[in-house]
Amino acid sequence: MSVLRPLDKLPGLNTATILLVGTEDALLQQLADAMLKEDCASELKVHLAKSLPLPSNVTRPRIDLIMFVVNLHSKYSLRNVEESLHHVDATFFLGRVGFLATGAGRESHCSVHRNTVVKLAHTYRSPLLFCDLEVEGFRATMAQRLISAELTSVPVFLYIVCGTPPQHG
Amino acid sequence: MDETVAEFFKRTILKIPMTEMMTILKAWGFLSENQLQTVNFRQRKESLVQDLVLLCEKKRASLNDAAILDIVYTQFHRHQKVWDVFRMSREPGEDIDLFDMEQFKRSFKKILQRALKNVTISFRDAEENAVWIRIAWGSQYRKPNQYRPVYVVYYSQTPYAFTSSSQLRSNIPLLGQALTIASKHHQIMKMDLRSRYLDSLKAIVFKQYNQTFETHNSTTPLQERSLGLDINMDSRIIHENRIEKERVQRVTQETFGYYPQPRLEFAQYKLETKFKSDLNGGILAEREEPLRCLIKFSSPHLLEALKALAPAGIADAPLSPLLTCIPNKGMNYFKIRDK
Repeated sequence: MSVLRPLDKLPGLNTATILLVGTEDALLQQLADAMLKEDCASELKVHLAKSLPLPSNVTRPRIDLIMFVVNLHSKYSLRNVEESLHHVDATFFLGRVGFLATGAGRESHCSVHRNTVVKLAHTYRSPLLFCDLEVEGFRATMAQRLISAELTSVPVFLYIVCGTPPQHG
Repeated sequence: MDETVAEFFKRTILKIPMTEMMTILKAWGFLSENQLQTVNFRQRKESLVQDLVLLCEKKRASLNDAAILDIVYTQFHRHQKVWDVFRMSREPGEDIDLFDMEQFKRSFKKILQRALKNVTISFRDAEENAVWIRIAWGSQYRKPNQYRPVYVVYYSQTPYAFTSSSQLRSNIPLLGQALTIASKHHQIMKMDLRSRYLDSLKAIVFKQYNQTFETHNSTTPLQERSLGLDINMDSRIIHENRIEKERVQRVTQETFGYYPQPRLEFAQYKLETKFKSDLNGGILAEREEPLRCLIKFSSPHLLEALKALAPAGIADAPLSPLLTCIPNKGMNYFKIRDK
């Protein structure tokens, strides 16, 4: 499948699947580890991808939440996320997508302006979280937030969504 | 003992950290075990230094002995200097006599002393047929400045010499000349290679860095030899781009090998190129003068950092050959011009 659609599969019983999309594998890996360390009532699976579209020759469970990770130190990571967004079905943006910007703490290293990601998140009507994933404490806190967002039966982000989602072909 | 020599001793011994004092003094070898035992090493540093200087005076230590202590200190603290690399060459077809270390030293000393009346030259032999040379520069009218010496490490079985960067650059051509003539070469050329890590420079220049430690592990699957970012064995984490990750690992291993990289702190690229554009016209396109720009990559360990770029997802693999050629070409300064 070249476009991810949120509801074309049945939800798994007592399982949750999060997809993290970003160029910096090390950070994604660490975030995934932090999330799995959290005590989960239901079974959590984390998929890591550099970009979308995902390889199509694999069966995978329904994806409940996509987090796009942008490293503010790297224009390359921003561009990668922007291009990957084209491969997500519009209905995903009704509460199943979030943006995570890392690296804001080290201002001198930032080559992507905060406003750029703020505008991006606004365009896609999805929430934006800032978290320096390189710092273990912040990473653990973010992992907790993502888990609790994931496990509530109603998508948590829904209340932030307003207006109509952008038109996709 | 001359006052200036005593002062030189004092300042040289003061430089040595207390934790290394015994080791360095033993390596120096001027004061015997027995004599060292008569000194109280537990007292305050200033008093200890005073006692040691007195001991040296009693033993009639000379300026040269102090210079040798300075060499020993520098050998233990070689990272405090920045080292340049010189390569010498001979005329093709010339007979190479057996190298005579004593003759080299005599000849080297003679050449420098003839040119500059005041200069202090000291030698200390090292392993691998190398010699450490310490030179304190003076002039016709001034005594040598013992506090701004230049060090040269010459590997006699090779055409290479490493020198510590010095601010007194006017004497470098003379130094080069002395080195060349004394070692029976014809020409000397400075390589575009510089670093604090003398051992890494050695490894690069003598091509010793690419020795693979594991010669029998060819059956180990690729995943187990991955670079630091192990593909997580937790089955709850799924890598969607596993194939691409493996390709990147493979390409990185092919480029950088399995061995630890020699240590450099930076790579510098000077670009002097004319503006090129797909669009016709524009102010810059008509500009005759090339654009100049300097790009510098810095890191505590540059080559390991470059090796980690693609696996970390920060750059595509394979990396630009301008970055990966550094150890092969033995360069970390590049000038890039239009062909």
